[in-house]
Parts: sequence; C-alpha cells; structure tokens
Amino acid sequence: MSPRPLLIRGGRVVDPSQGIDAVLDVLVMEGKVALLGAGLDLPPEGRVLDARGMVVTPGLIDLHVHLREPGQEHKETIATGARAAAAGGFTAVCAMPNTDPPVDDPAAVGFVVAAGRRAGAARVYPVAALSVGLKGEALTEFGELVEAGAVAVTDDGRPVMDSGLMRLALEYAQAFGIPVADHPEDLTLSRDGSMNEGVVAARLGLRGKPNAAEEIHILRDLLLAELTGGRIHIQHVSTRLGVEAIRLAKARGVRVTAEATPHHLLLTDEAVDGYRTEAKMNPPLRSAQDRDAVREGLADGTLDVVATDHAPHHYDEKEAAFDDAPNGIVGLETALGLVYGHLVRGGVFDLPTMVERMSCAPARAFKLPGGTLRPGSVADVTVFDPEGVWICDPDRFLSKSRNTPFRGWRLQGKPRYTVVGGEVVWEASKGGGEGSVEKD
Amino acid sequence: MTGGTSILGKDLVGLEPLSAAQIRTVLDTAEHFKDVSERRIKKLPILRGKTIVNLFFEPSTRTRVSFEFAQKRLSADTVNVAAGTSSVVKGETLVDTARNLEAMSIDMVVIRHPASGAAQFLGERISSNVINAGDGRHEHPTQGLLDLLTLRDHFRRIEGLKVCIVGDVLHSRVARSNLWGLTKLGAEVAFCGPRTLMPPRMEELGVTYFPRVEEALEWADAVNVLRLQLERMQGGYIPSLREYNRFWGITRARLEAAPRPVLVLHPGPMNRGVEIDSDVADGPQQVILKQVANGVAVRMAVLYLLAGGQPERARIVKEVVEA
Ligand SMILES: [Zn+2]
Repeated sequence: MSPRPLLIRGGRVVDPSQGIDAVLDVLVMEGKVALLGAGLDLPPEGRVLDARGMVVTPGLIDLHVHLREPGQEHKETIATGARAAAAGGFTAVCAMPNTDPPVDDPAAVGFVVAAGRRAGAARVYPVAALSVGLKGEALTEFGELVEAGAVAVTDDGRPVMDSGLMRLALEYAQAFGIPVADHPEDLTLSRDGSMNEGVVAARLGLRGKPNAAEEIHILRDLLLAELTGGRIHIQHVSTRLGVEAIRLAKARGVRVTAEATPHHLLLTDEAVDGYRTEAKMNPPLRSAQDRDAVREGLADGTLDVVATDHAPHHYDEKEAAFDDAPNGIVGLETALGLVYGHLVRGGVFDLPTMVERMSCAPARAFKLPGGTLRPGSVADVTVFDPEGVWICDPDRFLSKSRNTPFRGWRLQGKPRYTVVGGEVVWEASKGGGEGSVEKD
Repeated sequence: MTGGTSILGKDLVGLEPLSAAQIRTVLDTAEHFKDVSERRIKKLPILRGKTIVNLFFEPSTRTRVSFEFAQKRLSADTVNVAAGTSSVVKGETLVDTARNLEAMSIDMVVIRHPASGAAQFLGERISSNVINAGDGRHEHPTQGLLDLLTLRDHFRRIEGLKVCIVGDVLHSRVARSNLWGLTKLGAEVAFCGPRTLMPPRMEELGVTYFPRVEEALEWADAVNVLRLQLERMQGGYIPSLREYNRFWGITRARLEAAPRPVLVLHPGPMNRGVEIDSDVADGPQQVILKQVANGVAVRMAVLYLLAGGQPERARIVKEVVEA
C-alpha cells in the first residue's frame, strides 16, 4: 500500500548529491522521488506541499542518538525519540546500543527495528553493540546483527579500551560492509573527570578530562584502521588535535568518517561556569580553540557529519551537584535551528555544505537509504523555513526530556514538513514540538 | 539589625565572587569580634531569634565547632545535622535537602559537602543565607578569610606579601579560597608540591609554581601548608608519605636555610611528620593557634554581615553590650 503522490512545490531544492541548488518542484510517487523539475503537474489523488520560500533537502539523518528503550523509558522511548526527530526535521536516526539490556543480540536489534516502524515517524536504524554486554571483552555476532537490521557497531557510552579487540572489530566488520564506530576516550586518563580539563575546571574545583584522553584513542583508532583497512567512524570529535589527526589520516587514505555535535560546534567549557549541569556532557565542552577547530573541520569536510548525540535524561536527574549529574543533552529538536541559524547564517559554511553534512554524508557513512533526491531513491525529504525564527523552549519538545543548554537561544531554520518514504510524518501546523510555533 | 540585603549578598559561596572591598570589610568587622572570641565575655544578642542549621555532609569537627562558637556568641539558635547521624542526609538528594530546609524557614545554613558547587546549588534553591563551609575541591571561604586575617595581624598588610601554598593544591578548597583572597588584596601567590598534586593550567590562574620546597621557602614571606590526605597515596598521586616528607615536608632545617623568617600557617588538622614536622608545628614561626582563634572572629563577622549587619555598627553593638 503506497502513500498518495506528493508534489513539493516551489521550494529551493538543495541537494549536493546531484549538485542541485535551484527552485524546483519535487514529485514523489509510491514512496520514491519520481521527478525534479519546474512547473510539474499534480497527479490525481495527489497532495501539494507548498514549499514556496522554503528549503527542500534530502531528509536529514542523525547518526548518533540515544533513545533509551529498552530499559529507561522514563527518559525517552523509541516512539517519542522518533517523533522528536521528525519534529526536528530528521527523517532517520541511528540508535545507540547502550540501553538496558544493551542491543547486543539479533532479537534486541529486531525489537528496535519493529518499535521504530511502529512509531511511524523518523526511521530508526539500530547500531548494535560491538562487544557482548558492552563489556569490551568479546565481539558480538556482527553478521547476525547486520542481518537483523544493524547498520554499524559501537560500544558508545564507553570506549573500547582494549586495542586488540578494536583491531579485531575493524577486521571482522569488513565481511559485513559496516563501519565500526568508536567513542574515543582513554578512561585511565579521563578517570573521574566531570568536565574539560582547563582553567574553568581549575577554578570550579571540578576534576577535568584532558584533551589527550580523547586524542589518544582517536589516534589509536586511525592507526588501527590503517593497519586493518577497516572503516572507522569516530564519534563526537571535540578537540583540535583530534580534528588534525583525522585530516592527516584522510590524506593517507585511511577509511575514516567522523562526527561533530552542535554543542561542540557552538559552546565551550565556559558554559559549565556556575556548575550548570545542563552543560555536562561526554566528551566535555572544550576550549574556544577546540570549538573553532571542530568548526573548521566540519567546514572543510575533515569531519563528515553533524550528529546530535541526543542524550535524554529525566527532568530531575540533572538537578544535582555537578559531579553527580549524568552526561548528555537532547539535540534532535534544536540541531537544525542551531546549525542553520548560527553556523550557516553565521557564515561558517554554506547551505549546501550543511545539507551535505546532515544528510548526504551520513547516508554514505552508514550506507543508509536517502541522502539524495535523485529520482528513484527513497522519498525522505526535509522542508524547512530558512526565515523561521524561534526561541528555544524545551517545554515544547516532543522528546520526553528537556535537558538542553540552549534554552532561550534564538534558533533559525524551522522545520515545516518531514517526509519519510513519501509520507508526511510531521508538519509544522499540526505536529506539536518547537517547529509548530508560528514564527515570531 | 535589618532584614535588608547584606553587603556580601545573600550567600557566601566563595571568595572568587567577592571584591577586595568586601573582603576587607569582613576582616575589619572581624577585628571587632576578636576579643569576644578570645576572652570570656557575655554573648552579643545580634542573632537572637535566628535559626541556623549546620549541615555537614562530611565530618569536620574543627570547622563545625568554630562555626558553632561563632553562632552561640551571637546568640543564634543552632541545629547541627551531621552525615550518618540523620535520615535528612542519608541517601537524600541535595535538592530534597534544599526543599526541606526551605519548608522549615531556616534563617541561615552552613554547609559542608563533598561535591564542588554544592553550596551554590543550595543557595540558588533556598531563600536562607547559605555559608559555604567547604564544597568538594572548590572553596572554603571562611578558612581563606581567617588565613588572611592571620597574615594581616602578623605583617600589618596583605599587599605585596609573597605567600606560597604548599602541598595538595589539586584537591584543596583551602588553596582556592586563599588564592582568590590573597590576589584580590594584592599579594603574590605561588604553589609548591609535586606536579601530580597541582591543578592543571594553574599558571592561567595567575600563580607561580615551585616544584621544590626549598625554592618556595627562598621566595616566600609565608607558607600555608596544606594537609596531605592519606588517600592521595592510594590514589597514586604520590608514591609514599615518607618520600613526600623528605622532599616537600616543612622541616626546621628547611626553614632555617631560608634567607628570612618565613611565617608558617596550617589549616589543620595536621599530619605531623608528613607535610609538617612537629618542631615546626610547635615552633616559633607558626601561627596555627592564632588561626584557630581568628576563625571564630571571622565566622562571627560573616554571620553578622550576612544577617544584614552594618560593618560600622559592629563596634557599637559590642560596646553597648559590654557597658
Ligand atoms: Zn559517546
């Protein structure tokens, strides 16, 4: 049963995968992109989405979210996370496996796939655990996990401390065509740190995690990828030297992709001042120099993708002394407004580059459908209002959680329609969430 | 007494947010209370009818007793809540503690807590005045103030003094409060100790670093010797207490080798034979017991000022009572 035809009419279509940046209509039939052109006719039974003044892009894809189900449904569920994603303009998200129990066997992968389908919002792709029980000791069954629907493996939430195991993962994954993703952190160095090691930590009397704790593992992963010929995906890069190392590795032909988060692109450890637990995350917010290097890395393509590391926490969990508060912030409903509003409008990179980093490159990195509006491809489309401005009000989030340091920020680039497989899964006028507020 | 805003603001969380003028006001006010803490004298009715909770999530006899003395001499009603002895503390989150205190309409809360930022956290959530009696590795402002008062008593000035903080600066809230207080009043501050016990990037805080204690003693007018917690050895920060004493301990021989007499302060409790030798701890160059006496005067001043007391009235209030 295929959805009604859609004609997305009169928007500025930005699709770097085809080198398109022009005002065009997009015709969607049977869940696929049928045609791009000017003045296209609406087929019978079809629906028109008025996109005049809007930007139309291949659907945004977030390679790094924590949806907390199974096990911590008070923070988020697959359904609420998928809806928050759609409200944020995302057509697909990749769910990390550090749930309770972890997603380390085919049945758990199947559960995430099924729950994602039921949600009927953004697509949810499971990323499976790299090691059994996320213990860092023995590889999971990559082959069976991929057959069940996993698109990558990682132990995210914690690093793979055993370099030998990481080597095996990079070798073994090659038979199944998936990348190995890593949360780079040498725990023996970051120890019990709760923020960036730097002068702010020294002032606040908080224990710091040095940049080197992250960089040692980035360098190690790059060396192991070069050694094995495997595909490494470095998660949430936050340091200058980390960016430089990836740049060098790419020049050497290492098969590496890497993420930058909106918060590492926009904030520094100064945001922690006053013991603000909503600015506590891992990796921590770093110095202005690091933030600038992450921006540069994303602009020049050293860092391939923007990923939110959406990490919901129950409202009272962050109401604690800084050391006792959990890491992470929600990101799905602020990412577009932050990246478009502050980085594209701020002149750090242009709109096609943003679409490349938030749609095309993520699709390629994890070999996902979408990331293009080429006729014949899956009709995952994001339509947003580039002039839509709003003030971030977490109380309006569709996510179950509100933990964000961006409360009160001015966001620009408001999602209007989110189309998944040719179905409008979210639209501003009725869907709820931040984007439903009319522009002020 | 008025219920209006105090010249210190609502809370005393640290010395970093205070101005030099505010710090000087506390020290000057403490001068008026010195003899109250030194001699047997009747109580001042300054905080009569005020309720103060001393909330200690970490054991600390010295600081708690000093606060209690100060409170009693100002006629406050005092309730002590100590970790492990009360269900208020066991397993209860800081935010619940705050809510309970708020419901009880306490006037002031003195808090000691193992987490950095705990005092600020509490202060932001309750209307009572909050006094930080030590939060994690962050600050211990009344200790910093009493060290300043002791230095000022001895040298008649703070400006231009060279003060070296020796020992486990990394884990020390005393070190941070001293750093802010001293630099705001124009002293030069250095740290000395093994680099493993120094905060990373400390140079950006405006301090000089001496890896060896002999260099520190050559430079300093005064040293503030920090207690070395025995856990630091288990944490791997130093290989042994014996070696620590051998290379960083304040010994009589080292003091005698210094080019001029160096004043020795210690916030206590001391580990004799580790960070400080007994003949120094009991010797002529230390002012450790003066620090204890000044602690009560400084805490009286802080309580008085936070309760809305005017600095210039402190003397008058006292003289009226004494008359
Ligand atoms: Zn991670």
